Amino acid sequence: MTGSAAETAPVMETATSWGRTERVVALTLHPVFASELVDRPGAGAMRRLPVGLRRSYGTTVLPEDEVVLDLTGLDRLVAFDPETRILKAGAGLSLDRLMRWSVPRGLFPATVPGTRFVTLGGAVANDVHGKNHASAGSFGRAVTGFTLLRSDRGVVRVDRETEPELFAATVGGLGLTGVILDVSLRLVPISSSDLMVETVPFGDFADFLALSEESLGRFEHSVAWVDCTARGARLGRGLFERADRAETGGLVPHDPGRGVPVPFDAPSMAMSRAAVSAFNRAHYARGRRKAGRVRTPYAAFFHPLDGLRDWNRLYGRNGFRQYQCVVPNEAAEAVAVMLDVVSGSDQGSFLAVLKRFGPIPGEGMLSFPMPGVTLALDFRNDGASTLALLDRLDAIVREARGRLYPAKDGRMSPAMFRAGYPALEDFTRRVDPLCGSRFWRRMTA
Amino acid sequence: MTDAAPAPPRSVLVLGGLSAIARAAAELHAAEGARLVLAGRGKDRLEEVAADLRLRGASAVETVDLDLAACDPEREAPRLVAACGGTVDVVLLAYGMLGDQLRAETDVDHALAVIDVNFRSAAVWCLVFARRLEAQGAGTLAVIGSVAGDRGRRSNHVYGAAKGGLGLLVQGIAHRLAGTGARAVLIKPGLVDTPMTRGFSKGGPLWSSPERVAAAIHAATRSGPAVVHAPAFWRWIMLVIRNLPDAVMHRTKL
Ligand SMILES: Cc1cc2nc3c(=O)[nH]c(=O)nc-3n(C[C@H](O)[C@H](O)[C@H](O)COP(=O)(O)OP(=O)(O)OC[C@H]3O[C@@H](n4cnc5c(N)ncnc54)[C@H](O)[C@@H]3O)c2cc1C
Ligand SMILES: NC(=O)c1ccc[n+]([C@@H]2O[C@H](COP(=O)([O-])OP(=O)(O)OC[C@H]3O[C@@H](n4cnc5c(N)ncnc54)[C@H](OP(=O)(O)O)[C@@H]3O)[C@@H](O)[C@H]2O)c1
Repeated sequence: MTGSAAETAPVMETATSWGRTERVVALTLHPVFASELVDRPGAGAMRRLPVGLRRSYGTTVLPEDEVVLDLTGLDRLVAFDPETRILKAGAGLSLDRLMRWSVPRGLFPATVPGTRFVTLGGAVANDVHGKNHASAGSFGRAVTGFTLLRSDRGVVRVDRETEPELFAATVGGLGLTGVILDVSLRLVPISSSDLMVETVPFGDFADFLALSEESLGRFEHSVAWVDCTARGARLGRGLFERADRAETGGLVPHDPGRGVPVPFDAPSMAMSRAAVSAFNRAHYARGRRKAGRVRTPYAAFFHPLDGLRDWNRLYGRNGFRQYQCVVPNEAAEAVAVMLDVVSGSDQGSFLAVLKRFGPIPGEGMLSFPMPGVTLALDFRNDGASTLALLDRLDAIVREARGRLYPAKDGRMSPAMFRAGYPALEDFTRRVDPLCGSRFWRRMTA
Repeated sequence: MTDAAPAPPRSVLVLGGLSAIARAAAELHAAEGARLVLAGRGKDRLEEVAADLRLRGASAVETVDLDLAACDPEREAPRLVAACGGTVDVVLLAYGMLGDQLRAETDVDHALAVIDVNFRSAAVWCLVFARRLEAQGAGTLAVIGSVAGDRGRRSNHVYGAAKGGLGLLVQGIAHRLAGTGARAVLIKPGLVDTPMTRGFSKGGPLWSSPERVAAAIHAATRSGPAVVHAPAFWRWIMLVIRNLPDAVMHRTKL
């Protein structure tokens, strides 16, 4: 005997999510082929949590008593139809690898989140959004179907038409409706890999609203960075970036390098109030000097942080929390109130990002995007004081009839979750009885 | 390589087409339009990899379901060569098995399995294809060895001995092929993040991606010395390790 194929032993691993506030030791399986899960004896009874590249910040990617199924090994291209531009690929394929394949062929995902180190399965399960939400909607919109492994039904082909409920439950379904094995995705044609980017400084939140209003429909992509440390009259000042695809300029894939590593946990001081303040001032000043339209390779525009590998370690050993909410347009002023609360607290946010979501509804029962303004903030994890600040922000979001993004969450209350997601009950009926996560345990406790 | 006309696509035979490192190397060949033959265990799995490589530009991909340690290379070689279109430009021998050192210390069958996979069967494949390439007067035999073969160590000396033995064989074949138009090269990876090292605690500067090792393999199939480390910095690490006095070495758990 020379050792047999097709069986992978689970290994004990320490799991953490992007925010690194919690560490969990869990049994983990790393299948390379779907058959290792489908034909696995005993798999029928195993509680499971599928994960991708764990770019989610909080507890949706941490197990309670589940075996972690790391799907990143299922990363092969399966089929491509040039007529429809539909690519079928393993759920573990990253957008990083997908784009290295597609860009030289003049193709691009319909939308991409702020990092390319996400898998197709993860992008579906959070129905992720990009900077072009107003024109493209969220990720699920370009998905035509996927293969799902259910503990109660086995392998199910889920197409938008044939299994509309399971489709809607799984898009944005936080890995709770079964294991996505492969995804079929419609790509969009591009004639250049560059973008023409314009940076416009704005003085306050009202200016942001006006700018994003004016840019809707005129620019495909837009995003804003806010200086969270500015107070008083300068509150809400920032830089507005808007961009369109260049029409010419070659089809150059991004550099495959994984970027400069952050080799160790920075002392938490690196993210001190003074440092955050200085960064924000310098960033604002730099942005003000860049005027006009600048030709920019797509990676620099879409994924500016991917050049620094493991940048989450800059927040030190205790990690950090991200807070992302969306409030409807009618209540957009709530964002100004939140910025006020944050700048008045002693917990500067290093990265504060504002985006305007357009009218295209998410396809999933738990899709996060809705028409309105979304704000994302990063906070160094200072324990109770950070949590108290986030609770104050929750109250504002709730009052505004907004919602929080589970991909970024490690602490919201079940009541907050229910308030934000009216289709939750419908969703719950479609949860795979053996799927779970720390997040889901908390929401259903 | 200075010709104006593009080089015709190469035919590449991968022994161990399901290995993560081999797949990354095959991807680089596919992007050049190569014709690929993947041999390994499991038709369905091989076909999944083949479909991916076709979409990445391979001009043709064939799969051959074969237990490479339990078949007769002499008998199988002709059909593998035929699948390559009659001539083989590159043979990449990638299959291997780490095994469990502690188990091999007490379980003779396990020790023999490790030797069988990594040395005995691999050596026969090398000899069979060395003869074939010699007759062609062209082509490269590229074999994945390991830094584990550079010095016997407590943590992996059965695997290390097999890989070390294979390395000597390939080095000798390279010598023998010199001047024939054909060549042989041994590539010795360090620590690579693949299914073989599942369960190891990974991360840190010594770990490489299969892509990085594949780039070194791909370059080595074109030209270069007969023995290379991948990534190249392992050459210096192993230089130090090989020269550690026993008195020092024996105090470590390497
Ligand atoms: C720097 C940075 C920028 C970001 N920018 C954005 C942004 O602009 N927009 C946005 O929407 N998000 C953004 N995110 C969040 C990120 O896009 C999402 O968390 C994404 O889902 C992560 O994908 P992943 O492969 O890492 O999945 P994971 O984080 O590992 O998993 C995400 C969810 O998907 C589930 N899942 C994963 N794989 C499968 C599968 N095969 N089958 C079933 N369920 C599965 C998991 O259970 C989990 O619930 C950003 C994150 C970072 C770190
Ligand atoms: N990973 C490292 O750190 C490292 C370091 C130095 C050297 N190497 C060497 O690199 C090579 C590739 O390994 P890898 O890292 O890519 O690991 P891998 O993905 O586990 O690949 C090893 C492959 O060998 C195949 N194999 C084993 N016995 C076989 C047999 N009898 N017949 C057919 N196929 C067989 C396995 O197929 P099955 O799936 O059918 O078992 C598997 O696909 C190996 O030679 C390894 O020794 C690896």
